[in-house]
Amino acid sequence: MQRTPIREPGTTDMDAAQPNTETGDDILVRIRDMHFSRGERRIFDGVDLDIRRGKVTAIMGPSGTGKTTLLRLIGGQLAPDRGSVRVDGLEVPRLGRAELYRLRRRMGMLFQSGALLTDLNVFDNVAFPLREHTDLPEAMIRDLVLIKLQAVGLRGARDLSPAELSGGMARRVAMARAIALDPMMIMYDEPFTGQDPISMGALVTLIRRLNDALGLTSIIVSHDVQETASISDHVYVISEGRVVAGGTPDEIERSDSAWVQQFMRGLPDGPVPFHYPAPDYRQDLLDGAQEPRP
Amino acid sequence: MIDWLRSLGRDGIAVFEKIGRGNLFLLRTLAGLPEVLGRPRLLLAQLYSVGVLSLLIILVSGLFVGMVLGLQGYNTLVQFKAEESLGVVVSLSLVRELGPVVTALLFAGRAGSALTAEIGLMKATEQLSGMEMMAVDPIHRVVAPRFLAGVLSMPLLAAIFSAVGVYGGWFVGVGLLGVDDGAYWSQMQAKVDLYDDIWNGVIKSMVFGLVVTWIAVFEGYDAVPTSEGVGRATTRTVVHGALAVLGLDFILTALMFGD
Repeated sequence: MQRTPIREPGTTDMDAAQPNTETGDDILVRIRDMHFSRGERRIFDGVDLDIRRGKVTAIMGPSGTGKTTLLRLIGGQLAPDRGSVRVDGLEVPRLGRAELYRLRRRMGMLFQSGALLTDLNVFDNVAFPLREHTDLPEAMIRDLVLIKLQAVGLRGARDLSPAELSGGMARRVAMARAIALDPMMIMYDEPFTGQDPISMGALVTLIRRLNDALGLTSIIVSHDVQETASISDHVYVISEGRVVAGGTPDEIERSDSAWVQQFMRGLPDGPVPFHYPAPDYRQDLLDGAQEPRP
Repeated sequence: MIDWLRSLGRDGIAVFEKIGRGNLFLLRTLAGLPEVLGRPRLLLAQLYSVGVLSLLIILVSGLFVGMVLGLQGYNTLVQFKAEESLGVVVSLSLVRELGPVVTALLFAGRAGSALTAEIGLMKATEQLSGMEMMAVDPIHRVVAPRFLAGVLSMPLLAAIFSAVGVYGGWFVGVGLLGVDDGAYWSQMQAKVDLYDDIWNGVIKSMVFGLVVTWIAVFEGYDAVPTSEGVGRATTRTVVHGALAVLGLDFILTALMFGD
């Protein structure tokens, strides 16, 4: 797959959408002692994690543990209450709007819904970031869009509207759009949820292939354990606001943590109980029998 | 009692928070207007959606309102043998009051609710978040063109409403009830003042356009991103928009025509 560097007018090669490895830092995203709450509810309580350049890193955990929130914190859509979120050496919560938008041009994000613009067809959706951020002639934009669509196998679907796409196709179009500006990093929010086996296989393969062919850094947020682990170089498991395990998929698989074992094997009962906390079952039934009828 | 006071305080703070958010939102929208002027295609698409698509309801409503004014005005004026003043009554009623006000109410119901629903659904389906992550400011790209289109469309729609209404009054008064054609037009020309009547009406419609469109785009952008949240936001647009128009109409009328 050909990498097509795109440069804004008035910028230099160094400014273009290329990873900045000047500092020699192998860590692209560094999160330290990060705390975040929504109202009274504490989502993160001192999270530390590193995302390495060029690798596929999975962030896994049960539903409602704040995995999507973590991506929004990395992308600067939310600000932590405390702690540090650094991306490519930049402290994201402290960036002004212009600096944040400059950083986001080097990031791609795939939303769970695809988040395609419903008033544009597939071609125009992929062309959208190119038209917004570059002054490239329309003929070149056409070529670039077709290259991106070919990469995700949907060049023939260029004239379809988002409403005509299946869920898997919509996510592949969103992937083509996410790589349109040749970002340094792509964040995937639950990319496999609700997919049939064929679509899931296509997405799994695409994420790994795009990461390696384009020299990207990928962050996958998911609770689809097997699929995610199969393409990940590194896995973090988060629960109750903290990182409870981190390592290669094999290391996570061999973890002696009962919690991690329950999550990775999908066991219905364990440290996360099957039953919601309740009074004693027998006593509860007896209490009901003794209560007078209304 | 304490709970009631606490709840009252919380609701009060929420209202002021929303007003603050709305004002900051307006400032950010205004800051995006120069970018819209540099991209006329975006503006033209919204002028079509907000203005042209509202034209039919404005034309039909203006015609009927003018016809009712003609009929009611004739029935009153004829008692004083003053039916030749019908043109003045119809035209002043339209350009000073009914043109801007009824157009704004219809605009809130047709275009305002559509704007809120569209932007709210874009939020619910993460399209606005997607734009933000593509480093595209949704307020500049989505909101500002719609806002400017609404502000520009309203005075034009109000003018069309008034013009059609004058013809509706003429049709009933002159065509059906026998008022003198020359008197209808000549009295109108003699009594309707360009500055006091027409220009003040234009100012009213511009203010109404700004307020209704502001409410519509803000409610969409601020909507809870669920189907119920978007539905509630759409309702608020119509209710708050109508109340704002009627309240502002009184203030503007007092300032313009009060002695």
